[in-house]
Amino acid sequence: MKDVYSQIQENPRFQELVAKRERFAWILSALMLGLYLVFIFLIAFVPHLLGTRISPDSPITWGIPMGIGLILSAFVLTGIYVRRANGEFDRLNKAILDEVQK
Amino acid sequence: MKARLLALFGLLVGSSAAWADALTGDVQRQPVNVSAITMFVAFVGATLCITYWASKRSKSTADYYSAGGRITGFQNGLAIAGDYMSAASFLGISALVFTSGYDGLIYSIGFLVGWPIILFLIAERLRNLGKYTFADVASYRLKQKEIRTLSACGSLVVVAFYLIAQMVGAGKLIELLFGLNYHVAVVLVGVLMVMYVLFGGMLATTWVQIIKAVLLLSGASFMAIMVLKYVDFDVSRLFSEAVAVHAKGEAIMSPGGLVKDPISAISLGLALMFGTAGLPHILMRFFTVSDAKEARKSVFYATGFIGYFYILTFIIGFGAILLVSTNPAFKDATGALIGGNNMAAVHLADAVGGSLFLGFISAVAFATILAVVAGLTLAGASAVSHDLYASVIKKGQANEKDELRVSKITVLFLGILAIVLGIAFEKQNVAFMVALAFSVAASCNFPVLILSMYWKNLTTRGAMIGGWLGLISAVVMMILGPTIWVSVLGHEKAIFPYEYPALFSMIIAFIGIAVFSKLDQSVSAGEERARFLPQFVRSQTGLGASGAVSH
Repeated sequence: MKDVYSQIQENPRFQELVAKRERFAWILSALMLGLYLVFIFLIAFVPHLLGTRISPDSPITWGIPMGIGLILSAFVLTGIYVRRANGEFDRLNKAILDEVQK
Repeated sequence: MKARLLALFGLLVGSSAAWADALTGDVQRQPVNVSAITMFVAFVGATLCITYWASKRSKSTADYYSAGGRITGFQNGLAIAGDYMSAASFLGISALVFTSGYDGLIYSIGFLVGWPIILFLIAERLRNLGKYTFADVASYRLKQKEIRTLSACGSLVVVAFYLIAQMVGAGKLIELLFGLNYHVAVVLVGVLMVMYVLFGGMLATTWVQIIKAVLLLSGASFMAIMVLKYVDFDVSRLFSEAVAVHAKGEAIMSPGGLVKDPISAISLGLALMFGTAGLPHILMRFFTVSDAKEARKSVFYATGFIGYFYILTFIIGFGAILLVSTNPAFKDATGALIGGNNMAAVHLADAVGGSLFLGFISAVAFATILAVVAGLTLAGASAVSHDLYASVIKKGQANEKDELRVSKITVLFLGILAIVLGIAFEKQNVAFMVALAFSVAASCNFPVLILSMYWKNLTTRGAMIGGWLGLISAVVMMILGPTIWVSVLGHEKAIFPYEYPALFSMIIAFIGIAVFSKLDQSVSAGEERARFLPQFVRSQTGLGASGAVSH
């Protein structure tokens, strides 16, 4: 098995897959963590900002759309990742495996 | 404030146990609730049928530990969401919204954001490398005996704390909802959980979790729709009427200062986010699907269901402000809610759906506890039989039959232990135990797991020293912190000033692992580093990964 693994490791398409997928995963992770940290720091340091009404005649405050938006963004980001990973990345992965197993 | 933060934390962290009111004070037992008991009996009957069906299909260890890898991504997503949507998060978060408004949303978001990170960084590598437990992955290229012992201890500590919290919470909740005696309730939960796991293994445990998740999501959706119907589907009316009747008025629409001290906030956030990625019963779920593709889908569906559920609890909490707090029928003579604030969602069920729906929601809350403790028991038993017995004691030479027998004996033992501890801790405040479980998971299981997958230079010695340092420092700081040192042991002043140790114990674990791995120049360390390449290729491509078992 060992040479199969080194064979894959040396395959430029494998290196391309790894580079692409890692980069994509880290960017999305940074985005999610960044959004969450901004939210936590807003709460910790400027709580009144989230308590401001979105318009003078609406009881809804900025915190509501931001909070709901954060929940939705978690869902959307996982969706974006799964779409690309299960499509493009898995096709590339299959091509790499086919190459060594034929 | 700190005590309140801790109580809330406990309440929210996936544990029915952390029942602030119920845990700290005596529970006022409710009259026997017939429709709730009928519906609960129907649930138990249905799940026992499933257990019987699953027992016919569970023959091998693969069936027992991972449902033969035949669960689909969608089903697994529901089951993962089920593990997360405990009775405590349903009743606890809606109660928090009921009392403080916006703060409830802040907490629920903290629980959700870990999931995308798990997907991006852990899910597929975990699936590609492991078979039954996360220790399979952590010990993949390291010394089996040492790493499996460490991971099994980490798992058992997490399971034990979590289980005690669950059992105590279950007893109190059932006393409250059904009017059953506390001891009867604890024994009932213990016996049922053992039956699911003992006979049905992972297949039954997963289906119990799926059914419960569907029931809970349906019930919560119905309540949220009825609340919105009450305000003619006008969300601003929901908020303006809530502001008008709530004692805190406008303040319920903004952060109420629950997250004040940035260090505590970050430490709590780390414990939640990375603790989830170190919980053995959650990690085990990734091995029930056939491949990395399905594992990714599971997280996508789970994130969707959990997020949807938190939005529902937010609406339910505001609905309770409108419909429960204004109705004297739900209050006692002093003006407090009957059964405490955690009953806000339960009273709302009565207000929008009558006594039949109230019975339904109570039965679902009970079902939720059962499903969660069953998953925990299975994770604990797997750590003993698969990691300690088969890999450490028998050095990988155990036959399947013996391994299964050890697992089943462990399940029985854990069931008895859970009942005994549930009764022993009846009068104790166990809210801190869930915090401790998450902190240990984030400081011991998570660092070893993630570095074994990502860092070539990790060696057995580094993982051992850093992992144990993380485990011990998390427990010690928790004991010396305000939660146990002051609140439980009654000392004047805490030796360690913060209530969540995760920020510090995680740093200790990571530095410990990094330094001692780097310093390790032994021959075996060189071999372990060399094995990273094949592991890396397998984790990326799934080549050689254990797949679905065909029947």
